[in-house]
Amino acid sequence: MMIPSSHVHPGPWIAAAMIGSIILSSTAGEVLTAAAMKSIGDLDEIRAVTGLKGAIRAVVTCPLFFAGVGFLALAFFALLFALSHLDLSLVAPASASLTLVTNAIAAKLFLKENVDRRRWTAAVLVCIGVYFLAH
Amino acid sequence: MVHHTLTSRQYVILGLVALCAPLGDTCLSRGMTSLAPISLAHPGTLIAAVFTPWIAAGITLLIGFFASYLTALSWADLTFVLPATAFGNVIVALLSRFWLHEPISLMRWAGIVLITVGVGFVAQGPSFTETSSHAQGAIDQSNPTYAIRPAEAVEEEHVR
Repeated sequence: MMIPSSHVHPGPWIAAAMIGSIILSSTAGEVLTAAAMKSIGDLDEIRAVTGLKGAIRAVVTCPLFFAGVGFLALAFFALLFALSHLDLSLVAPASASLTLVTNAIAAKLFLKENVDRRRWTAAVLVCIGVYFLAH
Repeated sequence: MVHHTLTSRQYVILGLVALCAPLGDTCLSRGMTSLAPISLAHPGTLIAAVFTPWIAAGITLLIGFFASYLTALSWADLTFVLPATAFGNVIVALLSRFWLHEPISLMRWAGIVLITVGVGFVAQGPSFTETSSHAQGAIDQSNPTYAIRPAEAVEEEHVR
């Protein structure tokens, strides 16, 4: 497969595939990480009782956390790859903002978060924002 | 549902999440554009890129981002933390424009404004979905150990 150089911009489908792979892996990573942190509880309170070491221990002994970090690492390398072909001002806002929408859906489904009208409105505004960013 | 209000320290954490992520991304972009384009045929060059100065600086900032991000997730919802820190996109755009000299069209500026408005919407609401299992993790406003530097706070506790 020929990948164009950074000076010749890739076609819209290749760009969409690059950004799509960042979104998929980071949504999985963020939902798993959020689930891990929710299961651990307030880190400030843990630190108040057991100190910074205790807080770090609470995080690194949670298996869900490592599952999340694995997907976030995947998302990171997908981002590095995309940045070598696309503008930062397209990749960073597009992937971050679309991830926000997929995360709102995933958080409602898997984390049972109360995604109210205010949060959906924010997601829609961000969606329109991303449409503008991509043009 | 309980309406959780954030302490000033928690706003600092959210600010760090919003700042470290775009600064890190910008360093990554700066590093990646100075390298030859990476092809799928040679994925090993991605690993080598990690050890160049700009990429290393970017990774350091992103580690700072991740620590603050994890802390934020321990007392707030994912659907609150992500939009609240989406303001970082505005910072990315400004850095891209004035540091990397990438062009930003009026449409992109409009997109950035809409994202910022969306962030304003979500920030007005509650930060945490209260369930019975989360009750013990609820924010204790009277906790006196909140401080800017955690190590010192812990030391002070021992002194007392």
